[in-house]
Amino acid sequence: MARSSAQYFIRYPAGAGTNPWLRLLGLLLLLVTACNPLQAQDFSTAVQTLDTKSFSAKEEAISALVETGGDRTLTVLQAMLEGNLHSRNEDGLVVILDDRGGERRIYDAAQGNDLGTVGARETRKIGINNSLRTALRGAIARLNLGSPDATVRLAAVQAMFSELEPRLKPLLQEALAREEDGKVRDLLTTAIAISDLENDDTALQLEAIEILDDSILPEARNRLAVLAEQADSPRLREAAHQALKNIEFRLQLYALAETIFFGMSLGSVLLLAAIGLAITFGVMGVINMAHGELIMLGAYTTYLVQLAMPNHLEWSMLVAVPAAFLVSGAFGVAIERSVIRFLYGRPLETLLATFGISLILQQLVRSAISAQNVTVANPGWMSGSLEINAVLSITYNRLYIVIFALLVFVALLAILKKTTLGLQVRAVAQNRPMARAMGIRSEWVDAMTFGLGSGIAGVAGVALSQITNVGPNMGQAYIIDSFMVVVFGGVANLWGTLVGAFTLGIANKFLEPYSGAVLAKILILVFIILFIQKRPRGLFPQKGRMAEN
Amino acid sequence: MLLTRFMHSDRGGSILLGLLLLAAILVPLLNLAVPESSPLHLPTYTVTLMGKYLCYALLALALDLVWGYCGILSLGHGAFFALGGYAMGMHLMRQVGDRGVYGNPELPDFMVFLNWQELPWYWYGFDMFWFAVLMVLLIPGLLAFVFGWFAFRSRVTGVYLSIMTQALTFALMLAFFRNEMGFGGNNGLTDFKDILGFSLQADSTRIGLFLASVIALAGGYLACRFIVNSKFGRVIVAIRDAETRTRFVGYQVERYKLWLFVFSAVLAGIAGALYVPQVGIINPGEFAPLNSIELAIWVAVGGRGTLYGAAAGALLVNYAKTYLTAAMPEVWLFALGALFVLVTILLPKGIIGLLQRRREGSA
Repeated sequence: MARSSAQYFIRYPAGAGTNPWLRLLGLLLLLVTACNPLQAQDFSTAVQTLDTKSFSAKEEAISALVETGGDRTLTVLQAMLEGNLHSRNEDGLVVILDDRGGERRIYDAAQGNDLGTVGARETRKIGINNSLRTALRGAIARLNLGSPDATVRLAAVQAMFSELEPRLKPLLQEALAREEDGKVRDLLTTAIAISDLENDDTALQLEAIEILDDSILPEARNRLAVLAEQADSPRLREAAHQALKNIEFRLQLYALAETIFFGMSLGSVLLLAAIGLAITFGVMGVINMAHGELIMLGAYTTYLVQLAMPNHLEWSMLVAVPAAFLVSGAFGVAIERSVIRFLYGRPLETLLATFGISLILQQLVRSAISAQNVTVANPGWMSGSLEINAVLSITYNRLYIVIFALLVFVALLAILKKTTLGLQVRAVAQNRPMARAMGIRSEWVDAMTFGLGSGIAGVAGVALSQITNVGPNMGQAYIIDSFMVVVFGGVANLWGTLVGAFTLGIANKFLEPYSGAVLAKILILVFIILFIQKRPRGLFPQKGRMAEN
Repeated sequence: MLLTRFMHSDRGGSILLGLLLLAAILVPLLNLAVPESSPLHLPTYTVTLMGKYLCYALLALALDLVWGYCGILSLGHGAFFALGGYAMGMHLMRQVGDRGVYGNPELPDFMVFLNWQELPWYWYGFDMFWFAVLMVLLIPGLLAFVFGWFAFRSRVTGVYLSIMTQALTFALMLAFFRNEMGFGGNNGLTDFKDILGFSLQADSTRIGLFLASVIALAGGYLACRFIVNSKFGRVIVAIRDAETRTRFVGYQVERYKLWLFVFSAVLAGIAGALYVPQVGIINPGEFAPLNSIELAIWVAVGGRGTLYGAAAGALLVNYAKTYLTAAMPEVWLFALGALFVLVTILLPKGIIGLLQRRREGSA
């Protein structure tokens, strides 16, 4: 018997067996059941009746098994559902087969005793069909309703949804009375309402419709749709229609919220990619075609950081952000000192030279690391998703990137508006000779500004490594989009970049369902070309004399 | 005579035209008349390669006209080239007739493969050579007209214009990659059989195409030279050097820029149309922004604002590319990247500028 209760908990879903309190509970349970030999015998008989050819007899046997309340019921039913319930040929004993270790080991289904290993022909599987599978799932769900683990109970209620009917109401109400967890209570209330929908009592049905008015679960919607079509009373049909309409409206609202979030997610990626460019292009007037490659270097820095600290993946992001900033920033300063400073005032040549640099950087990565994409791991806290409700969930990595992009934006704004470097950068951007006359080392400021813009590109690379493939060509995918954001938002204005990035991101996601991803991109490009007609200097143009040249 | 007067004033152009004439005589001789066993024999592969370079040279010429003389750095000339190529490719595709894999007399193979039932309307007429030639000129010209009309009217200049043109070719690339567009999607148009009844595999057809490329380049050069020497050309240079001043003097700057841009795009389209039958394929990769920007470096290497320099740069860089990508594939991108950087910093006037400086120094 001790063995059987241990088996019970090992077999229990959701890792409940690891909790010491549950072990204690199991021990108590064991004491209770041990005092009741009669019940144990009933249970064995019920298990034995599962071994029959007729599916309807099996279904009855399952109900009978649940009635006994034996503590191994769940184990047996689950084994049956998974197709591991067999009957031993020599004596017809119902056994549970475990062939995971490479050998076929069997356990007594009723008691859980280890009966040793058997050959493939010594047992015969107790077959199930689809209707039995449904019955089994329902029975398991009902048993799980009594589980001490709230997530198990929640899953159990969800599993019952497809077979809700008035007959189940007492069971659910009983569970609701016991229940303390808020989420499970809500779900139970919905479940009770759904089971009430098929009640004969119109008042109860109307009440249920009122409750379900709030729900967005697909099952509730389907049942209401059926009711709206088939209910006898016109009043009922009307109420169901109304509730359906409300539900549809709410679903559309959530779909809208989801699209906006996807758009913001794309927008934040664009913002990260474009904001460094806004500095070099906007503040310095330098077209940096190697910007995408600086993003790529940031992503590769993340990859290298993760290689260097394989045991602390959780912390790798925290190291990677400053590391990428320094690496890309250093490359940026080197590019500025070695190439760009000879080309100030010749923007078209700067464009070509930096494009050459982008080719060199790509080939450098290809030769030094690999031409293939590399894998950058997601730390645990960035994977998974935040489930707001049944239809709306937000993946953590996208959520964090939206937040991160905004943080970078604020930090950059603070640097430009609150620090000495920022003051000098703005002074040089406005009037270089005057700034020099005031004692600002304009060359040094140029190098630092370019380094800052490049460093931000590196930081963007860290974020992008979490959501896209990291490869030598990844930078090229962003360069045109980033320029579009800067051109759209207006040069020399960080707020323009912010608004531009989110506008383009959200517009893209709204267009996608109608036109497909590629066409959406094309439409956006065409839109920007037309937009430039009306406002050649972008959404937020620079004002004053500077803007003329 | 007009030509002799012109020859005196334009030394570089004379050299280029002389070389083209020499090639037009020697290449067919060495390929067709000299037996294959002779070391002097020119393989057909080389003839085709040279024909390809000539198309690139014509494309570079087109870009130099707008960039060198009017300061419009278009990063979308690859798009006009590809559009001309697609127009020619569509004609060649229709010429295949029922000799395709599926043997459908009406539909090209890729349409049969996609289960299309009938020819889309925009493929009508391409079975006629004259119509295809008209489209080779018209489509790039029309796109350049519409784009230029919008862009120049709102005074989009400098790097803004460069980036918009790059976005244009990028958008076209995305569009042509789509199967639904009806241009063969990813694979583009290929498996051509013949042109004007001559098999594309025959040596004589290859020579014919080579000669057509020589004539197109020579004609294109003379036309460009004529334009830049005319009064129109003087105004164009004035716009490059002081746009606002030219406008204040009373010239309608936008119109000058627009017509120059359209002519340049048509030239690029012709280059593309000659290119496609020689290489035997046209696919959306030709729209890639990298191609257009590489084109800019051919012009920069040769020397901007000289016309013959652009042609020389295209031949030189492409020869280097063919050699390096075969001999040392890893080095090519390093070399190209370094070329971009070094030419812009050290040789702002390209190789022609270097030669001129040396001549002036020695004189």
